[in-house]
Amino acid sequence: MSQQTIKVALAGNPNSGKTTLFNALTGAHQQVGNYPGITVEKKEGFLELNGYSLHFIDLPGTYSLTAYSQEELVARNFLVHERPDLVVDVINANSLERNLYLAIQILELGAPLILALNMMDEVRAQGININSSLLSKRLGVPVVETVARQGLGKKMLVQTILKTAQQSPQWKPLTISYGPDLDPAIQEMVAHIQEANFQTNTYPPRWLALKFLENDEEIKSIVLKENPALYKKIEQIHKTVSDHCEQTLNTYPEAIIADYRYGFISSLLKDVVKKNTHTERIAISDQIDKVLTHKVMGPIFMFLVLYGVYKLTFFLGEYPLHWLNAFFDFIALTIDRLLPAGLLKSLLISGVIGGVGGVISFVPLIAVMFLFLSFLEDSGYMARVAYMLDRIFRFFGLHGSSIMPFIISGGIAGGCAVPGVMAARTLRSPKEKLATILTVPFMTCGAKLPVFILLTGIFFPTQKAFVLFSISMLGWVVALFVAKFLRSTIIRGPATPFVMELPPYRLPTWQGLLIHSWEKTWMYLKKAGTVILGISIFIWFLMTFPTLPQHQALTYLKQIKQLELKIQQLSNKSKNTELLAKLKQKQKTLVQQLKREKLLHSFAGRLGKSLEKFTQLAGFDWKINIALLGGFAAKEVIISTLGTVYSLDTSNEGANLAAKIQKDPSWTKAKAIALMIFVLLYAPCMVTIVTIAKEESWLWAGFSLVFNTIVAFALSSLAYQLLS
Amino acid sequence: MELKSIRQLKINQKAIIKHIKARGELGRRIRDMGLLPGTEIQIVGRAPLKDPVALRLKGFTLTLRNNEADYILVEELDVPTDY
Repeated sequence: MSQQTIKVALAGNPNSGKTTLFNALTGAHQQVGNYPGITVEKKEGFLELNGYSLHFIDLPGTYSLTAYSQEELVARNFLVHERPDLVVDVINANSLERNLYLAIQILELGAPLILALNMMDEVRAQGININSSLLSKRLGVPVVETVARQGLGKKMLVQTILKTAQQSPQWKPLTISYGPDLDPAIQEMVAHIQEANFQTNTYPPRWLALKFLENDEEIKSIVLKENPALYKKIEQIHKTVSDHCEQTLNTYPEAIIADYRYGFISSLLKDVVKKNTHTERIAISDQIDKVLTHKVMGPIFMFLVLYGVYKLTFFLGEYPLHWLNAFFDFIALTIDRLLPAGLLKSLLISGVIGGVGGVISFVPLIAVMFLFLSFLEDSGYMARVAYMLDRIFRFFGLHGSSIMPFIISGGIAGGCAVPGVMAARTLRSPKEKLATILTVPFMTCGAKLPVFILLTGIFFPTQKAFVLFSISMLGWVVALFVAKFLRSTIIRGPATPFVMELPPYRLPTWQGLLIHSWEKTWMYLKKAGTVILGISIFIWFLMTFPTLPQHQALTYLKQIKQLELKIQQLSNKSKNTELLAKLKQKQKTLVQQLKREKLLHSFAGRLGKSLEKFTQLAGFDWKINIALLGGFAAKEVIISTLGTVYSLDTSNEGANLAAKIQKDPSWTKAKAIALMIFVLLYAPCMVTIVTIAKEESWLWAGFSLVFNTIVAFALSSLAYQLLS
Repeated sequence: MELKSIRQLKINQKAIIKHIKARGELGRRIRDMGLLPGTEIQIVGRAPLKDPVALRLKGFTLTLRNNEADYILVEELDVPTDY
């Protein structure tokens, strides 16, 4: 027996509880993807019932179906081109009027609609009575009352979906009058469209006409491309009526359309909503806001929250991180024992395990970060943060919501740019989001810290804290001013309108938080994982090939072997621990030296040497260059690579890297400062690069690689030249 | 009565929208949220740095930047606030 599939799209305003309802309906039977070519998420879920298979699509939350944002375009194009069997518009019944604005537009498109009046509990608590059967009668669509957070009304909704689907509803566009000025123009346009028979099966003619009057760039360009003659005719009518409205009414068609739509809604709602003003209470939310957005207490509380989220993310993420690292160390060690020395072993340990470990080690951080981030978002607090900080961030061409990515990335030293870049998803303004993503890698992430700690320890032993703090601050200053620079050059353009809802405070549901965090983490693994593994193997290749000629390697290997024999003999015979330790140290140094020779011989080593000519400007010799090249894989690698390249210095055996740098006359304070600036600012590590590519595009990922390195080099050279 | 911009209103003050000058994307966003001539609004707060401003209308709270609110001209209602 074959099942009948019913395709149901969930539409609704942001904060309408749409996703909560989606989660309640489909539970764990969900899959997340992206709409082709863009980063808007596509969420689908399934429900099997009574021989029917319900296929839900959670459309992005929008207030309207215009073409101004990617979310709106996605929602609209889905309805137009995919033609779902049914659309369920999830309505926040607290603000019925505004929420119906979207419903009207869906009806004008002709989609069979069911209204889910959500958050009915809050409505009743406010003493508001909604006559949903009257609304249903007036609109001619089924209306179901729900409380998605508690799963109330879910069964009723599913029943209504099944019942409506059984009647196999047709697409019938709703016709609203737009008044004496526009209606004749619309009719004229419709006549031309019908005459040309322009894709009337896809776009209802009246809807198409309205889009011209609304000056919808997307629809206009489609008509222009497909039928220029028709475009000319319609656009002429649009221009005439537009000029007429301008001259006689001092307004324009777009505004008139919105007026009439809202007028239509108020006539719909007459007697539907009854407010008992006596029981209307001051919303708890307003009371909370009196404290949480207070001009003194608000910012204090906000910084406590942001600091707390940051600390908790890295505190809770650290334990699983250690377990994972220990696990990968264990595998690496096992392979080390089982396999003979050689290229395969090196590939497996450095390339594959290094890569997979690198990918997985970010998972706990991403999961925990999204748990907190979705809590802040779903609770409504994130909107307040954006509200309070917008004045500052706007100056730099960013958005109040940019704060979270900055903090997670290392605005408080020790963060990580990978979850930081992903945190920028809360930004709905594309330009501000891009500028945020491109500048958060300037922050002091946890992997850069060891370099700063090493160098400040050597060169500024008495002012350690001050220098570390200054470096951290420099990250902020550069990030903000680079953002300003980008927003006035390549990402130029007016600020995206801020116009944002401050939703009432609500306690998020556990299900919502967990699903959200799980989805984001899974997306990261699926999308970034394979690419990162590939890059990791490529970097391994650069640092391994060409291999050291046999005879060169053999001289070291022979010496190492000899020493090993000696050590064995000694440890069997005598108890001369001092001599034994000395020999062991010597052996260790030889192993390091072999590693160094191999590295120098490799592509990476040669590249580092050939770059010395340029990098001298910032005071960097080839040793530093190689370490910095290795740092692209992960900034943690910088210190260990420096350790390898400095291992030749046998004059002071046993001295650690810090001591070696201290004794090296080429190292000065100026060089140390220049290096710290460079490490702070240069190319993001490859995991961040791949994350940027997945959040934006490979073009912008490449841009950040090159651009950040140029900024870093310019500033560190400047510092070096000034200070030395 | 003289038209004012939202910037000039005090907190808790109520007003009726009389005219919206914004066009293009900003105009559309403002209208999508239900800010239309004839709509009653109430200022509920301002951010700690006096910008953006938060408004109450039609059962929800909306925030917009002062320079965006400047496109909205209102007429004050001198009815004392309910709460």
